[in-house]
Amino acid sequence: MEFGHSMRIVIIDDSGLRATVLEEGLREAGYDDIHIVPPRGAFVARLERMAPDVVLMDLGSPSRDTLEEMLSVSRALARPIAMFVDQSDEAMIGAAIDAGVSAYVVDGLRKERVKPVLELAVRRFNAFARIQAELDEARNALSDRKVIDRAKSILMAQRNLSEQDAYTLLRSSAMNQGKKIVDVAQALITASDLLGGGL
Amino acid sequence: MTTNLRIAFLPLTDVAVLAVAQERGFAEEEGLSLDLVRTTSWATLRDRLVYGQVQAAHMLAPLAVAVTLGLSQQPAALAAPYKLNVNGNMLVMAKDFAAALDPDLAGRLADPLGTAHDFAAAIGLWRRKPVIGVVHRFSSHALMLRYWLASAGVDPDRDVVLRVLPPSLTVEALHAGEIDGFIAGEPWGSAAVEAGLAETVAVGERIWRRGVEKVLAFRQNWMEENPETVDRLLRALVRAAAWCDEPDNHSALADLLAAPRYVDQPADLIRRALAGEMVNRAGEPAIPNPDFMLFSREATPFPWRSQALWIYSQLVRWGMVEHSTDSAARAGAVFRPDVFRRALAGSDVPMPGASMKLEGAVHSPLAVGSRKGDLTLGPDRFFDGRVFDPERIDDYLAGFVQLR
Repeated sequence: MEFGHSMRIVIIDDSGLRATVLEEGLREAGYDDIHIVPPRGAFVARLERMAPDVVLMDLGSPSRDTLEEMLSVSRALARPIAMFVDQSDEAMIGAAIDAGVSAYVVDGLRKERVKPVLELAVRRFNAFARIQAELDEARNALSDRKVIDRAKSILMAQRNLSEQDAYTLLRSSAMNQGKKIVDVAQALITASDLLGGGL
Repeated sequence: MTTNLRIAFLPLTDVAVLAVAQERGFAEEEGLSLDLVRTTSWATLRDRLVYGQVQAAHMLAPLAVAVTLGLSQQPAALAAPYKLNVNGNMLVMAKDFAAALDPDLAGRLADPLGTAHDFAAAIGLWRRKPVIGVVHRFSSHALMLRYWLASAGVDPDRDVVLRVLPPSLTVEALHAGEIDGFIAGEPWGSAAVEAGLAETVAVGERIWRRGVEKVLAFRQNWMEENPETVDRLLRALVRAAAWCDEPDNHSALADLLAAPRYVDQPADLIRRALAGEMVNRAGEPAIPNPDFMLFSREATPFPWRSQALWIYSQLVRWGMVEHSTDSAARAGAVFRPDVFRRALAGSDVPMPGASMKLEGAVHSPLAVGSRKGDLTLGPDRFFDGRVFDPERIDDYLAGFVQLR
């Protein structure tokens, strides 16, 4: 292992998945001293004992103030710690803030050593955000299907339609009203509930 | 042509003026559209402002001073031409702890000095060094808490543990026993009282009757480069603030702030601070305090430089910055009464003639010199009767008893 990688990196994150995504990326890049600490309870004391060189944290975490306070008063971490690697690199700072990455780095660590870590964190956080969005979409699609299925069965029972005809009716109503099928289905379910359709 | 402005805020009742400026058309009247960016930590709010992701922020006044002095991560010259509110904080402590204090709440809150001494005695009775949550080391709350504790000989860095945590996590931490109490902006104190976890021990307004709280902070260079936009924003905020102070509007304002995009807490809790009807122990009637939180009257928005210097004096007192003429000058220059005057020059807003005053010298409402309109300043005493003369910071600091 080359010297440049003997850097202790702590990831403070509540989302197990995001931290894992980041950790994997760092390991692939050759960093092997990586620890994940969730920001709960006495996390600050744990972090202090670990004496990390780099701390990565979600910019949206409400625990950032707690972390910064620890960094400013800690006796264990004698050297001051600064946020972001190169304050003059505005593109990098912008990318980090957009991706939601905040980084604390032991002062004195050469910026060329830390920059790849930060860049990797930005890429992985962005990748995670994409995965999250896709998951949400998939989840919504699933629940949309359930809503449409329930609306279909109401129509099948009350109007004596086949499943295909029930779906066709929903779709043509949606098209006529300029709405999404799922919205028409939801309205039908609500109406049926209100009228005591019993389904 | 509408100008869009991004302004970062934390979910607190005192974001009221910004929310109302946007939602009630005051910003629009000035050709502005405010994109209010909800943020969950002061660190992130500060970074968004310092790195230019927003043009302005709803900021703790001491944090604006600290960033300018290079005490909080990346140094940047910030400027505060407008105060968003005065007061609005409460210190609440777990019920077990508060049991050692005067059980009569009205008496307890009306006598901060006596309560500070009771508090000092209660520290020895408590099962550990009391852990008190503060939202940030550079918050008005933390500075007031330190001032109050020290008045009874309690060294805030030795005799208690001050733990930093964001306002939105205070109630949860109290519930989990991680802290024994906290001082924060509303509605978080009320939320802890309502949950039956804590009762009020001190009210910010009783510690310093007109204590500086949040300011509207800009990066100084952005503010200088965009004077016309800044002026329009300040004019919109002054009108929004007058709306917020109007008692008839408090219910509507509480409903607005209760929305998930703002504070996301029950309207009833939020209304208490607006109306000055604080419930200090669950199930008991409110104790009226009409000055609990001010937005507009008594020229609240005017950024007296003496107030920035009072903040600076406290940073020096607690060893957070080394005192020098240069630092004092830079700290004082964060508050920009000149910009406030320029923006409101054509309005009928009463405008103080001076930019500095003695802080803590007004005992009862006082009519003062104003360039136009009638201006009455409310009582601004510190509970211990000390007066801060911004031109004699050394003498002021020498007057405090050394705790160590």
